[in-house]
Amino acid sequence: MRIFVPRDSVSVALGSDKLAAAIAAQAAERGVDVSIIRNGSRGLFWLEPLVEIETAQGRVGFGPMTLADVPGLFADNLAGHPKAVGLVEEIPFLAKQQRLTFARCGITDPLSLADYQAHDGFKGLEKARALEPAAICAAVKDSGLRGRGGAGFPTGIKWETVRTAKAEQKYIVCNADEGDSGTFADRLIIEADPFCLIEGMAIAGLAVGATRGYVYLRSEYPLAIQILREAIVIATEAGLLPNFALEVREGAGAYVCGEETALLDSLEGKRGMVRAKPPIPALQGLFGQPTVINNVLSLAAVPYILDAGAAAYAACGMGRSRGTMPVQLAGNIKHGGLFEIAFGITLGELINDIGGGTASGRPVRAVQAGGPLGAYFAPSQFDTPYDYEAFAARDGLIGHGGLVVFDDTVDMAHMARFAMEFCAHESCGKCTPCRIGSTRGMETLDKIMAGEKVAENTEILRDLCETMKFGSLCALGGFTPYPVVSALNLFPEDFGATPLPAAAE
Amino acid sequence: MTPDWDTSRAEGIIAKYLQLEGPMLPILHALQEEFGYINDDAIRLVAQTLNVSRAEVYGVVSFYHDFRQAPHGRHVLKICRAEACQSMGSEANAQKFLETLNLEWGGTTPDGRLTVESVYCLGLCACGPSAMLDGDLHARVDLQGLEALAGEAV
Repeated sequence: MRIFVPRDSVSVALGSDKLAAAIAAQAAERGVDVSIIRNGSRGLFWLEPLVEIETAQGRVGFGPMTLADVPGLFADNLAGHPKAVGLVEEIPFLAKQQRLTFARCGITDPLSLADYQAHDGFKGLEKARALEPAAICAAVKDSGLRGRGGAGFPTGIKWETVRTAKAEQKYIVCNADEGDSGTFADRLIIEADPFCLIEGMAIAGLAVGATRGYVYLRSEYPLAIQILREAIVIATEAGLLPNFALEVREGAGAYVCGEETALLDSLEGKRGMVRAKPPIPALQGLFGQPTVINNVLSLAAVPYILDAGAAAYAACGMGRSRGTMPVQLAGNIKHGGLFEIAFGITLGELINDIGGGTASGRPVRAVQAGGPLGAYFAPSQFDTPYDYEAFAARDGLIGHGGLVVFDDTVDMAHMARFAMEFCAHESCGKCTPCRIGSTRGMETLDKIMAGEKVAENTEILRDLCETMKFGSLCALGGFTPYPVVSALNLFPEDFGATPLPAAAE
Repeated sequence: MTPDWDTSRAEGIIAKYLQLEGPMLPILHALQEEFGYINDDAIRLVAQTLNVSRAEVYGVVSFYHDFRQAPHGRHVLKICRAEACQSMGSEANAQKFLETLNLEWGGTTPDGRLTVESVYCLGLCACGPSAMLDGDLHARVDLQGLEALAGEAV
């Protein structure tokens, strides 16, 4: 009997280690021969810990499991188990997805090379080895892949720039400083399928002629750091990474290091200060050398693109947003988790149909899309298709793909103040609009919330947001106005203003 | 308990990282792991070894939230205060929890048992509110959950 007990941060945080031990003990007591596989999570987090048992029909799931539910797993009638959820592959949340990047997540043992290879692993790298570097860059360009960290810059063009740069040493740097609240896709793929990221980075190395790679991984993800380090040792010892030295570097709790140039300074051993561009990192990046710096999801998308072909990836999506996006449903949501789908699905489908509305059962009031620097959306905007340009047209951003749902108890003035407070807390301090503006923004919001000269102070706040948006060096100061201004526009009643009559909108 | 400062042991730790490119952060992590915090002796030694000014090392230590310049309690409870956890009521829980302990954010109980810190996102955003006790993650942590975690930290 094969039993799968996930080992990712979420399931471990919900007791899966104890669960695995209890299942082993129960099996021993009953004299049942059981092999327990610690798979990655499927990303159906409301069901975690989700235990799966292999049957002739497929893997059947049980979740969310508690220790008290363990003996029932050894009963004759598995379908009658109180936590039975049936065949996992048939759960609508999973069945409706298009898992290209996350295809193996939750299915395999993350640290089993045999599992990885049995599920198409290293096929992309094999194909890349048969290609000229220019052809690898062209494939990534043709796939339409855009940077999944948030900026949406075409990955293939970035690679081509590094490829044609002349230097003794080039670098591949993976940005795994996933600091946005409501996002966990980087963490999930690193914990559930680390070889996929390793393969993507090795392909990038071949494409641009880089022999060294770094993964900058945030210290808040201790399990991801541990799993990725083990996976790199396994892949290196198996001889799968010839002429490519890969190393994990742990962050130190600075959100701004998710900004690519601050990350490079941090890797070099400095304060994580944002650099002015140009020069761009593709030409003068880590230690001044040409550097590919990509988000985890961009690099992890590459093995599929090389294996299945650029056209297969580009066939998904809409407009200039090609391929799939791992959307992360988070916050006050009934069915939270990772939902990988082609661009084009609407916000409302994601929140209501897939996510099932709020966890509290109360009405949805606001959704923050794209992390702490992303705009709030109201249910009246739920027809917005998930697409870089469609979100931008509504003054929002897709960012790293997070959606944080709030019910009707949320105070949006408080959330706007939090955005400013967070920016003040995390600003690197290099540019004035971000360093000073965020603190002044917080103070101005305090006045508005205290009912002090509300109209005047709101004007000042909007003016300040303009300055931050256009005057800041990077997205931290530049995008903090998104949540603030969207909250002001959509929920004026929370800021002491009279709501606009419907006809005036 | 973390051991008292010991220059020769610190030198041994630093030596392990000197072959790395950009070794500053790995060295500081390792020293803090061993001694619990980065004191002035550590800053002086790192500056000397890497041939940079003390101001430069101090600048790095003070920039990152992870690095501490003073010891904290025997246990550290980090409570997530980011948006996804807020949407599940984390702020109200945390405030009540801090009140019962009579602590501010970043404070340590008088017996030196527990330090409570804020953290911005542990990546468990679909199962909030979340917290981390001494490096162990916990999800779906309500007020009772926080109190239970504080009880575990003896």
